[in-house]
Parts: sequence; structure tokens; C-alpha cells
Amino acid sequence: MTQIVKMKGMNKYFGKLHVLKNIDLTVEQGEVVVIIGASGSGKSTLIRCVNGLEEYESGTLHVDNQALAPNAGNQASLAKIRKEVGMVFQQFNLFPHLTVKKNIMLAPIKVKNASQVIANATAERLLERVGIGNQANKYPGQLSGGQQQRVAIARALAMEPKLMLFDEPTSALDPEMIGEVLDVMRELAKEGMTMMVVTHEMGFAREVADRVIYIHEGKIVEEGSPADVFDNPQNERTQAFLSRVLAH
Amino acid sequence: MEFQFQFDWQAAVNAIPFLAKGIPYTLMISFGGLAIGFALGILFGLLSINKKWFLRWPAITYIEIFRGTPILVQVLFIFYGLPDLVGRPIDPLTAGIAAIALNSGAYISEVVRGGVQSIDRGQTEAGLSLGLSRSQTFWSIIWPQAFRRMIPPLGNQAIVSIKDTSLFSVIGVGELVRQGQVYIANTFTAFEVYFVVALMYLAITLTLSLLLRLLERRGVASI
Repeated sequence: MTQIVKMKGMNKYFGKLHVLKNIDLTVEQGEVVVIIGASGSGKSTLIRCVNGLEEYESGTLHVDNQALAPNAGNQASLAKIRKEVGMVFQQFNLFPHLTVKKNIMLAPIKVKNASQVIANATAERLLERVGIGNQANKYPGQLSGGQQQRVAIARALAMEPKLMLFDEPTSALDPEMIGEVLDVMRELAKEGMTMMVVTHEMGFAREVADRVIYIHEGKIVEEGSPADVFDNPQNERTQAFLSRVLAH
Repeated sequence: MEFQFQFDWQAAVNAIPFLAKGIPYTLMISFGGLAIGFALGILFGLLSINKKWFLRWPAITYIEIFRGTPILVQVLFIFYGLPDLVGRPIDPLTAGIAAIALNSGAYISEVVRGGVQSIDRGQTEAGLSLGLSRSQTFWSIIWPQAFRRMIPPLGNQAIVSIKDTSLFSVIGVGELVRQGQVYIANTFTAFEVYFVVALMYLAITLTLSLLLRLLERRGVASI
């Protein structure tokens, strides 16, 4: 199996705060890894390191066999990695001044020098795939949260990434819209996309994840199949966390 | 002693052709200066938020100097002072345009900085995460959004600068106020003439306000 992400002994600080502690983690091609943990545990920071939105201080990180060095202001290797890694944000971060379709076409045209015709066709196909083919010419502000997040997923997919990062993709959504976004993610997983997902949706984690990772105060304290982690957690931190989030 | 003042409409109307000769100068200095000021504002505004201190500091120094000193002093310095340095006279029109350019450039730098910094960091992150370079992210994602937010304060600055040109009568540019002063020197109809001068400024600034409102409405509609 090919390892898409390989972290070894990674440490990350925000000033004096030690946010990631000695992280060892690999993600295989086609694997869906769901990362759970309390707010402030470092789970978002962890996946933001994978595409260089956060720098780390020590250890090693390889993404698609390319090293992303600590404190890398290294634009060249970063750009290369970012082309291969899509990201979906909690707040969608769609471009409000561009139509939905233009949001999706921007990166293929600018980064991959795709022609307008090809980028347009790709955008239409992807919008169809996430179920909002009829909204192509609207602006993001005219869409519901769930629709916006599906556009954001389509936008990331337009770059044909080898890995998708999801940073709490449903946390900013109204409850009735969470399902439609999770459905798209479930489809993606089924099609074999490699995914790292930070989420509080335990039902989704249990159903879709190949592996669940529980992070506590910047440390991976539990790791295993959903059945292992949810039904038979070994670490008392994990047990406490799960009893809190699964209680209701 | 009885004192009676009567507004002399005829005097006001008579003054119009002579005063109107000042309008091209007022417009030339205002918009010539603002065009350069806009370029300076983009340049120094962006430099003032650069991470590198040796780019940031000179920009901030420029902004603080030209924001922190009166434009009257600036134009006097350029017109009377600078020739000593460069060794030849500077004509009043050039001095006026330069003063508006440098002065509005400092204020517009702050407008640019504010506009750019008001755009959510998530926009930059989204651009970078898609593989766009920093400059691609800036020019195709951040700048178009920031510019829209900059339109109202830019319009404000344009109006301020148009009015600032009235100070340049002191260096003898034949702009509106200067024309008025010359005219009054012969006719002693100060009230009527300055009234017309004020109306002419108002006509220019109101037209600009209207155009900006249209521009703003069109810009906002697509967000």
C-alpha cells in the first residue's frame, strides 16, 4: 500500500503552548481516517499541518512522498503538495465575489492551466455530482449552508486531489443540512478517496472511518477501527470523552 | 447709518465665465493627483502590511509623514522648498498635482490596508489550499473583494482631495479659488463670487458622489 501521509515525531507549538506532541501517524491510500477529540485538543491543527497551513517545529512530515520540512516557508514544495491535497473548511470559505461555477473553475485554470472549456465541463460535472447542478450561476451568498459546503467539496475535487482534508465540515451547519454534506462525503469514501476527517459526527465516524484516532491535549491517545475505539476504548481519556459525546 | 446688503445676481452670473476657467485646473490637479495617489496608495498600502520590516517601515514612514503634516505645508514645501534641492523651479501645476498625489497616496494607503485586512483569513487559506500561489491568491481572491469594500472610503478621499486643491491658490495655480480671488480684486464682489465658487465645487463633488453610488451598487449586487 502507498502511504499518502506519514508523520513522525511531529511537534507543534503556538508560542509556549505545545499543541501537537510527538505525533506518529500514517494514512494509506484509500483510507478514511477520522480524528476526534475535544475542542482545543489539536485535531484541526494536525490536519492543517498536512497542507502547510500550519507549520510545525520538529519531526518529519511526508505527503505523497514529498517532505514538508519543519518551519517550511518553502513555497515550491508547498505548492506541489497543495495541488495534491484538497481541503474543506468549517466556514466553507467560498469566494463570495465569484459564481459557484467560477469558484470551482478558478484553481484548475490558474494552477493547472486548464482551458475554460475543460474547467467549465469539470465544474458542471462536479456540481451535478454533489447534487446542485442547477445552482451553477448563483453566488455563494445565495445558497444554503449545506449547499455552500457541497460547492466547497466540489471546488476541492476539481483539482483531482489524492487526499482530502475535512476540518469540521458540518460544525457550522444547521442540523437539517448536516446529512446532505455527510452523504457527499460518504460517496467520496466509497469511491476510494483518501480522507482525513476532523469531526464531531460520531455516527459518521463509526460508519465511514477505516480508522478512528482520538486526540487529547495534542497527543494521540487512542487509535483503531471504529469498533475498537467506540465499543472498547482502552484509554480512560477516550472513555470519558466518548461517554460525554455519546450520552445524548 | 443704514446698512443694507443685496445679493447681486448679475454680478454672480457675470463671474461665471471667468471662474469656469479654473475648473479644468481644479479637475486636472484633483484627478491627476488622485490617479497617482491611487497607485501610490496600492503600493504603499500593500508594503505597509508586508511581513518584511525593510519593506514595511519605509511605507509606514511615508504614510505617517504625509498624513501627519498639513497639505498646505506640503505644497509650499514642494513649490518653494524643493526647487532649492533640485536646482530649478517647479511649475505650480506640477507642484499641485504632486501634493495631491503624495497626500492622497498616504490616506489611500490606509484605505488599501484596511480593505485588505478586512478580508477573512479563510479566503487566503482557501486559495492557498487549492494550490494557488500567494500572489495568485491575492490578486484573484483577496483584491477583488477588498476593492469593493474600498470604494466608499476612496470616494471620500477623492472628495477631500478635490476640496484640498482650493489651498493651491497660494502657489498661484489658476484653479477655482485663485480665479475667484483674481476676479474679486477687480470687482469687489466677494460674496457673489465665492458663492459661485462654492457651487462649482459642489457640482463637481456631487457628480462624483453620484457616480460612486452607482459603482458601489453594481459592485455590491454581485456579492
